Amino acid sequence: MSTATAAALVPVSFDRNSLRYRLGLVWYKVRQSPLTLYGLAIITLVFATMALAGVIAPYDPNAVDLGQRLLPPSGLHWFGTDEVGRDLFSRILYGSRQSVSVGLFVVPISGVIGSTLGCFSGSIGGKVDMVMMRMTDIVMSVPSLVLTMALAAALGPSLFNAMLAITVVRIPSYIRLARGQALIIREMNYSKASLTFGASRWHIVRWHVLINALPPLIVQATLDVGGTILMAAALGFIGLGAQQPTAEWGAMVATGRNYILDQWWYSGFPGFAILITATGFNLFGDGLRDNLDPKQKAS
Amino acid sequence: MSFSRIIVKRLLGLILVVLGVSIITFIVSHLIPGDPARLIAGDRATDEIVANLRHTLGLDQPLPVQYWRYLSGLVHGDLGTSIRTSRPVLEDLKAFFPATMELALVALFFATLVGIPLGVLSAVYRNKFVDQIVRTISVSGISTPAFWLGLSLIVLFYGRLHLLPGSGRLPDGIDPPTSISGFYILDSLLTGNRPALISSLRHIILPAFTLGFVHLGVVARQIRSSMLEQLNEDYIRTSRANGLAKWTVILRHALPNALIPSVTVLGLAMGDLLYGAVLTETVFAWPGMGAYVVNSIQALDFPAVMGFAVLVSFAYVLVNLAVDLLYMVIDPRIREVS
Repeated sequence: MSTATAAALVPVSFDRNSLRYRLGLVWYKVRQSPLTLYGLAIITLVFATMALAGVIAPYDPNAVDLGQRLLPPSGLHWFGTDEVGRDLFSRILYGSRQSVSVGLFVVPISGVIGSTLGCFSGSIGGKVDMVMMRMTDIVMSVPSLVLTMALAAALGPSLFNAMLAITVVRIPSYIRLARGQALIIREMNYSKASLTFGASRWHIVRWHVLINALPPLIVQATLDVGGTILMAAALGFIGLGAQQPTAEWGAMVATGRNYILDQWWYSGFPGFAILITATGFNLFGDGLRDNLDPKQKAS
Repeated sequence: MSFSRIIVKRLLGLILVVLGVSIITFIVSHLIPGDPARLIAGDRATDEIVANLRHTLGLDQPLPVQYWRYLSGLVHGDLGTSIRTSRPVLEDLKAFFPATMELALVALFFATLVGIPLGVLSAVYRNKFVDQIVRTISVSGISTPAFWLGLSLIVLFYGRLHLLPGSGRLPDGIDPPTSISGFYILDSLLTGNRPALISSLRHIILPAFTLGFVHLGVVARQIRSSMLEQLNEDYIRTSRANGLAKWTVILRHALPNALIPSVTVLGLAMGDLLYGAVLTETVFAWPGMGAYVVNSIQALDFPAVMGFAVLVSFAYVLVNLAVDLLYMVIDPRIREVS
């Protein structure tokens, strides 16, 4: 579709600053990119699976049936069965609740904490900002996987502790991003104008900095959901995440590893589920970045 | 600011970062619920032995004193003693370092070799079919769980096709080459050890591909975006208008300029690869630092984990510094600005 038709789709009288207009524009652009749409479709599918796992799953995910051990994929058991005869298809469906909810829990919490701290740090400046930046420097120079693993191990292996560890480790990147945005927005004329009208610092952070820093933060958050799901799966794989008998994709791959050469499906399908889900979030995040990033618009 | 002043400033910052990292790792290691002295002494040790051990290790001292002892050891290159192997952590890490470094270098080589052409193609054919394919590859690169990719490759190439070995650096029957650098490929080349060369090459293919695949996406994306920027510049249009062939302009003019910002990404990728090796090494039983640290974490061997974290963070910051300096050497504009 050409730009001329794009312009024609938007009524002239529309307020160009309204949220509805801006969201509409993003949606219009997202529709142009098939990859972004695939991402969105995968995300929708994953959410539907999470919500409807109880309805779709043909078996109880924890029902042990020792007579049906390690069966290959068939009409009865689409993805085969595990070492105690549990249906893998049902376990993967239920597992989405564990694996995906990590991303949905971790990203908003670390995102909100990090962005708020970052916006304040950037808006206040001075010594507070310097100390904050040194602290994020330090945390970010520890390899994130190792720090997360060490934290999760120290707290004790469980899904909740894994989530907690990932949340803590993710915060500094949001501080960084939001602070960078705050520095730019602080210098904008509209922020300076409100300052001369006597607006408080909190007012500027809330009404100018946070709102205008939102697009890059949203892009980062979307991409982070994929990264977080991978991180949680990695922790599960090492044995630091969800514990048996909970169905969690990373842990399922780990157990399946013992049977890998003869029963490839045991590790194969849960791992593929991780891949597809992370791809969905990353494709969508990528598409959003292309459309929300002003630098890309110019080219 | 002059070159030397920047270096001095960054080195001071580096000390601060290492200090901070040591504090973080120290705090994390004191979060563990278990008693390290009990872990070392074993379950059957009497309370008296454990108490004695606690005293020898200084674990009965106040935390600030313990930290001070840890830090002064660190300054002297003492990373503590591993609970699991009862050897100095630094010795252990030194022994495992070459294997990890070799794997990371081969993976980086692969990621660059494939990632750069993919990124160029993707930028030149922006929004075309080729671009969609490349973007799909790079997104699946960053979305693939490395441990699962490794396992799948083992099933396919080792289990089914019997083409490549599935674990380790060398098979049982072949002795490692005489150690010069610790890198098996390089050492066997230097000593002219043909069987070891072929074996070590065959062993590194799958783990290096697994590790490199994730970074291939990162490299391709970076090259794509910096190429897009270059292709929009006036000098490209001028060269084309002067009658230069399309690919001459792309490869001779745009690509070298697009590579400059990519140096940062490649440098950072090297740091990422070092600790990204953690999962890959576990899957392929690759005897490197990554597998060592996973075993240490599972055994709650915190001196080893702390040592690894401190060492890798140090390396990471050093690589960053080197990259920044390199960046200033190849791009004079940055020197002027800073």
